[in-house]
Amino acid sequence: MVDVALQGAGVSTTAHLDRGKVLQRLRLSDVAFRHLTRAAAATVLIILGGIIISLIWGSLPALRAFGVSFLYEEVWNPVTEKFGAIAPIYGTIVTSFIAMLIAVPVGLFIALFLTELCPMWLRRPIGIAIELLAGIPSIIYGIWGLFVFAPFLQQHVQPFLITIFGEIPILSTLFAGPPYGIGVFTAGLILAIMVLPFITSISRDVFEAVPPVLKEAAYGLGCTTWEVARYVVLPYTRVGVIGGVMLGLGRALGETMAVTFVIGNAHRISSSLLAPGTTISATIANEFTEAVGDLYTSALIALGLILFVITFIVLAIARLLLLRLNARVGG
Amino acid sequence: MDASLYAKRRRRNGTTMALAYGATGFGLSWLVLILAVLLWEGFSGLSLSVFTEMTPPPGSAGGLLNPIAGSLVMTVIAVLIGTPLGILAGTYMAEYGRYDKLTTVVRFINDILLSAPSIVVGLFVYEVMVAQMGHFSGWAGAVSLAVIVVPVVVRTTEDMLTLVPDTLREAAASIGLPRSLMIQRVAYRAARAGMITGVLLAVARISGETAPLLFTALNNQFWSLNLNAPVSSLPVVIFQFALSPYKDWQKLAWTGALIITLAVLALSIVARILTAQRKTS
Repeated sequence: MVDVALQGAGVSTTAHLDRGKVLQRLRLSDVAFRHLTRAAAATVLIILGGIIISLIWGSLPALRAFGVSFLYEEVWNPVTEKFGAIAPIYGTIVTSFIAMLIAVPVGLFIALFLTELCPMWLRRPIGIAIELLAGIPSIIYGIWGLFVFAPFLQQHVQPFLITIFGEIPILSTLFAGPPYGIGVFTAGLILAIMVLPFITSISRDVFEAVPPVLKEAAYGLGCTTWEVARYVVLPYTRVGVIGGVMLGLGRALGETMAVTFVIGNAHRISSSLLAPGTTISATIANEFTEAVGDLYTSALIALGLILFVITFIVLAIARLLLLRLNARVGG
Repeated sequence: MDASLYAKRRRRNGTTMALAYGATGFGLSWLVLILAVLLWEGFSGLSLSVFTEMTPPPGSAGGLLNPIAGSLVMTVIAVLIGTPLGILAGTYMAEYGRYDKLTTVVRFINDILLSAPSIVVGLFVYEVMVAQMGHFSGWAGAVSLAVIVVPVVVRTTEDMLTLVPDTLREAAASIGLPRSLMIQRVAYRAARAGMITGVLLAVARISGETAPLLFTALNNQFWSLNLNAPVSSLPVVIFQFALSPYKDWQKLAWTGALIITLAVLALSIVARILTAQRKTS
């Protein structure tokens, strides 16, 4: 039997190699292949470990120099070598928040449209179009945001926002000041467009996993489409939807190029959303190659470490939620 | 029957369904807007000289030959490093240790790496390679792209191998085929289309990656494929040219953006056709 397999495998059994030796050789290569694959699997863990260790190592000088105050100081001065991370952290959180505020409801409504309303023949084309939106590299969003979207906002949308919110107490501070075009608000909008496809495609997938009998039972009781979506589909898929939202949030927090083009790179916290700001990733992208001095470089790597820790936690929660969902569907 | 309640429910349903239509139109219009502007701006600058001339100094004509070549070379090396690693890791997870602890942990970590910020990968490779060697290099750029390739390939390889029916493996084992040969000659062959799709998706992913190249491969204005020196790449040149005040440079940035987008769309369409074939056969 072994000979059949050997011939099929193209291993020649020449006269001077007897069966025992061939078998021995096969056994060896078998063990070798097994260990090779196992080492490759372990490499994934080594990559993660390498990222964490190298980031900690690189940020040590900055952390030693500034201690915990690095986390809450606003000053970012390469000349006097004083660095604090709160402005980029603030920018990262605010831009991502704006993005989620827009992308989550819109994404859920698109998923609802795709699973409940859309005629069958249109589902695939629209699904593919949304996924193409996810495949466009972020630098394309960046260049489009800089040359098309930001000027449009500056000329048409922002003056309008400043006028209508000018009288309302809190909103007037949020939308104050001259319309720059680039800034925190614009970056948040671009991020919303970028994470929309991720949230949509995951929500659509979990919506599709709802057993048809549940929906049919509700329709049979006379529920409207909205009531089915709100009281049957959404509660059933809650865990999966939250997982998808967290995944989108992870993307938004770490997104670099699209934001770098339109945020304006200003190291300060402004009360107005229309003012230029910066995010962690935009700061690193803009300043890293020009950073002179070990402390400056180290401060930027420390920013990278903070970003990695934040996104790691968000993504880990997302994956755990989605895993829990799979376990339930499987069981 | 309460007529006013009924009318209220009908109205609420009508409003939310209109919102669903509106949201879909809103989402799709961005795709149309971005592609329309990109095609308009990109094609007006597209000519043969884009592919035959070097990046120009500001104010004179030129092309994108050196960044295109640099991107191609670094992408090829990244795929050559990342694909075998990813396929072998995926093989372990699907074939040897499908239910063991290592697989569970690797799968979890791999999924996180899949969507981890790419700029952090750039910092990692900067620390490990650029800082140690003392200069920016094409090798560092290629390695940082490879780090992004690995999770994509691991994921698709594992998924595709898991789909291969166990009867095929049993048939191979019953004629005495050793396990390693069974995997290489039966399982890989059955999962080939899906695994190629994974590699194509990985190429699509890295062909637009900018952040990890900024401080690994850096940039190079001249024709250079010396991987021990800074190498130019399309995304980094787009970044630099788009933010410059010169009109010719901005024009070239649009053209470069068009080239990248067309390449990415072509790759994802081919990947889609490959998976569609698998499902029907």
